[in-house]
Amino acid sequence: MEPVLQVKDLKTSFLTSSGEVQAVRGVSFSVNKGESVGIVGESGSGKSVTSLSVMQLLTGTGKIVGGSVKLNGRELVGIGTKEMRSIRGKEVAMIFQDPMTSLNPLLPVGEQVSEMLWAHEKDLSRADREARVAELFRMVRIPEAEKRLKSYPHEFSGGMRQRVMIAMALACKPDLLIADEPTTALDVSIQDQILKLMRSIQREIGMSIMFITHDLGVVAELCNRVIVMYGGLIMEQADILDLFEHPCHPYTMGLLASIPDINQDKQKRLQPIMGSPPDMIHPPKGCPFSPRCPYACRVCLEELPPIYTAGEGHVSRCWLLDADAPAADNPLSYAKGGKRG
Amino acid sequence: MKENNTPMLQVQHLTKHFPAGSHKLVHAVDDVSFSIERGKTLGLVGESGCGKSSCARTVIRIYEPTSGKIFLDGADISALTQKQLLPFRRKMQMIFQDPYASLNARMTVHDIVAEPLRAHNICATRQEEHEMVREMLERVGLNQEHANRYAHEFSGGQRQRVGIARALILRPELVICDEPISALDVSIQAQVVNMLRHFQEELNLTYLFIAHDLSMVRYVSDDVGVMYLGQLVEKCAADEIYAHPLHPYTVGLLSSIPVPNPRLAKEKDGSGLEGDLPSPIDPPSGCRFHTRCPFATERCREEAPAWQEAAPGHFVACHRING
Repeated sequence: MEPVLQVKDLKTSFLTSSGEVQAVRGVSFSVNKGESVGIVGESGSGKSVTSLSVMQLLTGTGKIVGGSVKLNGRELVGIGTKEMRSIRGKEVAMIFQDPMTSLNPLLPVGEQVSEMLWAHEKDLSRADREARVAELFRMVRIPEAEKRLKSYPHEFSGGMRQRVMIAMALACKPDLLIADEPTTALDVSIQDQILKLMRSIQREIGMSIMFITHDLGVVAELCNRVIVMYGGLIMEQADILDLFEHPCHPYTMGLLASIPDINQDKQKRLQPIMGSPPDMIHPPKGCPFSPRCPYACRVCLEELPPIYTAGEGHVSRCWLLDADAPAADNPLSYAKGGKRG
Repeated sequence: MKENNTPMLQVQHLTKHFPAGSHKLVHAVDDVSFSIERGKTLGLVGESGCGKSSCARTVIRIYEPTSGKIFLDGADISALTQKQLLPFRRKMQMIFQDPYASLNARMTVHDIVAEPLRAHNICATRQEEHEMVREMLERVGLNQEHANRYAHEFSGGQRQRVGIARALILRPELVICDEPISALDVSIQAQVVNMLRHFQEELNLTYLFIAHDLSMVRYVSDDVGVMYLGQLVEKCAADEIYAHPLHPYTVGLLSSIPVPNPRLAKEKDGSGLEGDLPSPIDPPSGCRFHTRCPFATERCREEAPAWQEAAPGHFVACHRING
């Protein structure tokens, strides 16, 4: 079956006065129907730029400089503004990190959600639209849905605003929902509510989700598959259980080790990843993670590793997986010798 | 150094109300009492708007307390004028949440870190100041070359190191950490937390650590206090609160933490907290948590629960617990 979203060798850059910032440097992945894929990485890893590239929402100096993005088989790179506008919201919708700034403070929330229906389903009457919005509000569990249609964003809490955003994104039943850190600005208690809501909505209507986050805990709760990004590249991609139980990239291992475990011995120090993320104007010549990697060899600094297959649906971009990599002190020797992808 | 058993910080019935127009008040902090022993860490957790930051800022007298007492190393600082406070300020410093907003963009890192020294007239000569700043920066892992740069040239983690250097250069005894890691990436959070723990051991610092990330709080704190709508609802040893939470709010908060284990995560459902935090302008009657509590009874709606010791060292305010 054809995937809903297929991204091939996507490259996105920002042309700034101090040089070309290569935010995304050749990323390939796909999202299948009904699947929820998590994209994890720290700030500057290129995860948000990837999602904006898919939505064709890059502004100003940002530009897709290569590759292809196919949604339901249709190429989106280079598509006209008008045509993209008819796809956005209908086939692919997005929710953002900050529900405080993504809503118009001067319009009642019901009207803002209704706008989405108005834009894509012109034959609906005003009353039909209102009924549909009320139904959407009930679906995202906004209490007293009919009454809240006329409320303004400032009358809602952060969690409720994010529910309005989700209602808006779901209005036209898109095939793909892109969620860019939708719970980062919220309290854990509210984050938990929103994640449960997204899980149950996905079960109900079976759409695909691309979930961008820096929190591996959130990914564990929601996603079937995980993509780990670093320095504008995909470092590892695997099934959720595989990634947590058999990580095949030192960066993923580092991320997992730096999360405090509720059951961990308090006297032990956390194991942080040393150093800071790379400068994307002059990305390292070799593996972008090599300056921070405890296992880096000479080849890592000089040459970008290819993608190796470490198992079924499990790929990793690390020299340690090469058949010729040293066996001693190699944390990945169990997965070594996979073929180059 | 003198041996003493007075707690480093003691807060008694601290209350802070803000005017909210038309004679209304925001009950940001309501009758909060706690104390922290020298060299220990108290973690203060709760949802945003629960008053944890207001509490920290009132303790350090950025805000004027409405009522209640604050004792720093045994001395009552709650009624001192800002001028009288000056010698005490050397003993208490603060690390802020947002390393982007809390560093002056027009000052070099050297000037930022040296400012507390200048404010307290500590260094007699430029040479001495230079030496102290250099040493402090080195200890937080920054070098001389960084000193002449501006904050915008640094990543979030490096900026937070500058914030830590600024707070620690006066050799304070009490450091108030207001969500020092919330704005940082996971891999960087661990770096900063380890650094804070290292300094605590080395300098025998006392921390009041504010956070909403409960998993990290357990890792840094000796005791944990849980706040809800301006009040402390539970307080006990850090391990105890995770092993035997008593207050329904604490239980809900703990079950909301995403579990970084896909096998466990898929099982959990139905737990967690319902609804939003009510307005602190008009807090609910009786137990303030009753509007969201799954066990609320008539009594909870009418009568505020007493702060009682349910087990040795484990305090909680809930009608369900009969101490």
